[in-house]
Amino acid sequence: MNALEIRNLSKSLKGFKLDNLNLTLPSGCVMGLIGKNGAGKSTTIKLILDMLHKDSGTITILGKNNDDNIQLTKEDVGVVLDEVGIPECLTAKQVGKVMKYTFRNWSDEEYACLLHKFSLPDNKQFKDFSRGMKMKLGIAVAMSHGSKLLLLDEATSGLDPVVRDEVVEMLNDFTRDETHSILISSHIVSDLEKLCDYIAFMHNGKLLLCEEKDKLLAEYGVIHCTAQQLGEIAPSAVKHKKESSYGVEAIVLRKAIPTNINISPISIEELFVFMVKEAK
Amino acid sequence: MDILIYNKSGAPIYEQIYSQIKSQIISGALKENDMLPSIRGLAKDLRISFITTKRAYEELEKEGFIYTIKAKGCYVAAKNVELLREENLKKIEEHIEQIVQLAASCNLSRENIIEMVNFSLEEQG
Repeated sequence: MNALEIRNLSKSLKGFKLDNLNLTLPSGCVMGLIGKNGAGKSTTIKLILDMLHKDSGTITILGKNNDDNIQLTKEDVGVVLDEVGIPECLTAKQVGKVMKYTFRNWSDEEYACLLHKFSLPDNKQFKDFSRGMKMKLGIAVAMSHGSKLLLLDEATSGLDPVVRDEVVEMLNDFTRDETHSILISSHIVSDLEKLCDYIAFMHNGKLLLCEEKDKLLAEYGVIHCTAQQLGEIAPSAVKHKKESSYGVEAIVLRKAIPTNINISPISIEELFVFMVKEAK
Repeated sequence: MDILIYNKSGAPIYEQIYSQIKSQIISGALKENDMLPSIRGLAKDLRISFITTKRAYEELEKEGFIYTIKAKGCYVAAKNVELLREENLKKIEEHIEQIVQLAASCNLSRENIIEMVNFSLEEQG
């Protein structure tokens, strides 16, 4: 089963258009949505949750169309948005009590366990939490009601590297269960590179590419060579190049490169920047 | 069981897993009917993509090094160790042929060759 299926999704907003988006997230996998600010990542997530109404297209969450009874479907979906919308005066303990009456499958044990893992204080008010603690609390709530799908919108931005690593680790553990899936958007590409099975690039409301991460990394590479060496490579294999008076750095298709040129691995970040520039 | 992934090496990750498990089967570190780690568990422990681990296992299964029991797991297969021996024998024969040709080109006698082989075997102990 697919955890999430988006077909021909379109939505026009003021000065922005999400254009015919198609995405499939197989169950048990993690997909990273990468895009600049304003690329349409948050819009997509809001459309999935029906926080925005789509103009056309279909969205299927865990096998259920999001047009019928989305409230019921949301029981199985853990959501963390950019801002964790928890009232400022509540403590983590009180949040647990509220959620107990919000979600049918709320688990006090799971929640307590996550609070402990994230070393979140029980009795501190939410307004006194640091940004990192707020995010961690949001993630703890999202993971404590038997969620099968997590939707995370910029859940790691604004966190320090150590906390980000903790969060990535938690999410990695979450998907040990093959019925658990994650859609996570971010512009911190390195986090997604660590975590994801699939990578989707978005730009100006369009999907540029959606592919297995390791396939991308195996297909593309970076070479450093002389302009003359570059001239001997088929132009179709050279995707992008930066020339200086001392040599050339180029993003290339690995398979077209002669063995005497050293290919270094490319990062998803480099690939993304190149694709966005290309799309202009 | 040790599997080491080098992200910087440039070799596809699935190939790294594939070849490391394969060589452990060949060397006998992994024995017939030994259970391999689950695809998902291995992916999460190594912090790599689930799809990649799956591909490595599929490749191993295709070549007969491992077999899968549905809903249980993957195990080391028996047959192909034999096949591998065959392959190695073939390789040895090829090398011997080269030795014979080289020996002929420098007029080495049959006794000399056997002596050299014996010496090498004793060295290996």
